[in-house]
Amino acid sequence: MSVLQTLDLAIGYRAPRQQPTVVADRLNLALDAGELVALIGPNGVGKSTLLRTLAGLQAPLAGQALLNGDDLHRLSARQLAQRLSMVLTGRVEAGLLSAYELVALGRHPYTDWTGRLTAHDEAVVRWAIETVGAVPLAGRSFGQLSDGERQKILIARALAQEPELMLLDEPTAYLDLPRRVEMLGLLRELAHTTGRAILLSIHDLDLALRSADRIWLLAGDGMMHVGAPEDLVLSGAFADVFRSEGVQFDAHTGSFALSTGCGGVVSLSGEGLALVWTRRALERAGFEVVSNGTAALAKVTARDGVWQVTQNSQTRTFTSVYDVVQALRGQAVP
Amino acid sequence: MTQTTLKSIPQAPSAPPQSAAAQAVWPRMGIRRAVLAGLLCALLAVFLLSLAVGSVTIPLEEIITVLLGGEASRASWSAIVLNFRLPRALTAMLAGSALGVSGLMMQTFFRNPLAGPYVLGIRSGARLGAALVILSVGTVGGTMLAGIGLTGDLSIAFAAMIGAGAVMGLVLAVARRVSSSMTLLVLGVMVGFLTNSFVGLLLFFAIPDQIQAYINWTFGSFNGVTWNQLRIMAPAVIVGLLLATLLTKSLNALLLGEGYARTLGVNVLRVRVGVVLATAVLAGVVTAFAGPIGFIGIAVPHLCRSALGTSDHRVLVPGTMIVGALAALLAAIIAEVPGSNLVLPLNAITALIGAPMVIAVILRRREVAFST
Repeated sequence: MSVLQTLDLAIGYRAPRQQPTVVADRLNLALDAGELVALIGPNGVGKSTLLRTLAGLQAPLAGQALLNGDDLHRLSARQLAQRLSMVLTGRVEAGLLSAYELVALGRHPYTDWTGRLTAHDEAVVRWAIETVGAVPLAGRSFGQLSDGERQKILIARALAQEPELMLLDEPTAYLDLPRRVEMLGLLRELAHTTGRAILLSIHDLDLALRSADRIWLLAGDGMMHVGAPEDLVLSGAFADVFRSEGVQFDAHTGSFALSTGCGGVVSLSGEGLALVWTRRALERAGFEVVSNGTAALAKVTARDGVWQVTQNSQTRTFTSVYDVVQALRGQAVP
Repeated sequence: MTQTTLKSIPQAPSAPPQSAAAQAVWPRMGIRRAVLAGLLCALLAVFLLSLAVGSVTIPLEEIITVLLGGEASRASWSAIVLNFRLPRALTAMLAGSALGVSGLMMQTFFRNPLAGPYVLGIRSGARLGAALVILSVGTVGGTMLAGIGLTGDLSIAFAAMIGAGAVMGLVLAVARRVSSSMTLLVLGVMVGFLTNSFVGLLLFFAIPDQIQAYINWTFGSFNGVTWNQLRIMAPAVIVGLLLATLLTKSLNALLLGEGYARTLGVNVLRVRVGVVLATAVLAGVVTAFAGPIGFIGIAVPHLCRSALGTSDHRVLVPGTMIVGALAALLAAIIAEVPGSNLVLPLNAITALIGAPMVIAVILRRREVAFST
């Protein structure tokens, strides 16, 4: 059985004296134990609404969300908090709490009315901190941690709830690229080694494609495409959903690019890394790159840190990609 | 069930027993017993001091004799301690605790370091009630109150309590409905403007003697509270403090914001009602009997956070109770100007001495400014 299963779930907002606003409906989704699922989609499409609904913070307009078979909107708040935890988007200001104390807040659904931690609670807190690799941070004040360190601690806090399902709303939003890669790696590891199901929304598509076991791709029309990242690439769903956003998805390289105009055809040959990155630079500059073009505007050879550009039977030599692009640009635009 | 396949947390640490050095990595949590005990000792000392000093200084051993039921070597000393200084000290301690804890609750609840016991408009309500009685003495309203046997200080306290209670009712009614707690903050400010304009009108039509009496009330004082009034004030404050103690765990969850508190299983609506109720009772009762005593409620939580080095309410709730009592007692002692017959306005003292302290603390430790 899946950890999370939705049955004809409809999400959206209900306002008094108004028709409910449906963001997406007839959602039949499943999330298995040990699986990392990335929820992606254009801005404003309802990713947060879906996460909030699955977290029990918002009632569904119709249908059910089952957490290991139990309708999670019917569980008591305390029961739900023992089975599902969430890392919300946005920065957290927690005053004068140490990282350890903050993680210990995750034991809230388990402690008695005084909030006293038992030996078992403390063991779980320590396990959570160890699992995210934040032991050196434990004694430090949360307010003094960097964004990446804070995020680790917040994930440890969510883990300390011992959830069956963990939801994260844009956990990489404030992080620089190396921290994002690290965070996704950590979550992947968490899902696989602790057997918990993890669902996260993320804007970094490239990263989502590389790290998620499955993608939930929410399109602007409320359609949900589900599959392994590669399935969505092959089916064209990726390209379709983001085309309207002015972003081109290149199914060959698996990367996104800004749509740019065509600056002409350039024939490129060469070897090694130089070839790969020269191709990227030329594409970014708006050229169509072919390997053996006879009708090309110019012919570029990339080899051993030396670039030769042949144009109008004239051959020039450059020592950087930047110079090559500049030269072609100057010539390409009449 | 999938649950069984989850790699669960070891019930006992699976690793071999950690060495003392390895355990030292983990910070200690929980209430700081030593610090709290030290503060309690300081409170006891200041309590005895407050009984000893005043217009006449009474030796400490005489005070202990009187407290233990004996007779002081001068009969007037017994009377001074039992009828004047002891109720004053108890009032100050109750009021200080109440204001400290309610200020702490408001700062956490609204995630705002400038919040205090009165942000809900409780003081405004009490002020209007008191103003109605003081400024309408000799008019129809005053005659009516006198007619039902409520005159003097008790009728002021009674009217202030009704005013505070009315505002509390309003805030509670709103608290159950609105989705954002910040609405309550705006409501409190608006109630303040509303009652201020009423009081302004009353002052405009009042005679100078009445205005002076009203201003004296706004200075705040622990002196006017009698044993009879303490019989009402003490249980009410204790109920409020108990309620605050019950809310400790939820207040900790609220440190991360209402969103996180919800995901931790906190019933935010219920906690909101509890916080409003506790704050209103504490701030309302204190204002009714001792006047609108300012500053302690805002400053004490900051001092506590800084001194105890944590935002954990399991430490801060008892901490603010003790430090609040301590601060109020010290203010009461200073306001009496020991060795003289002069009595200074209490509210002037609390801020005069407290504000530089808080500024010093905040400058020394910048975090405190944001540590709600």
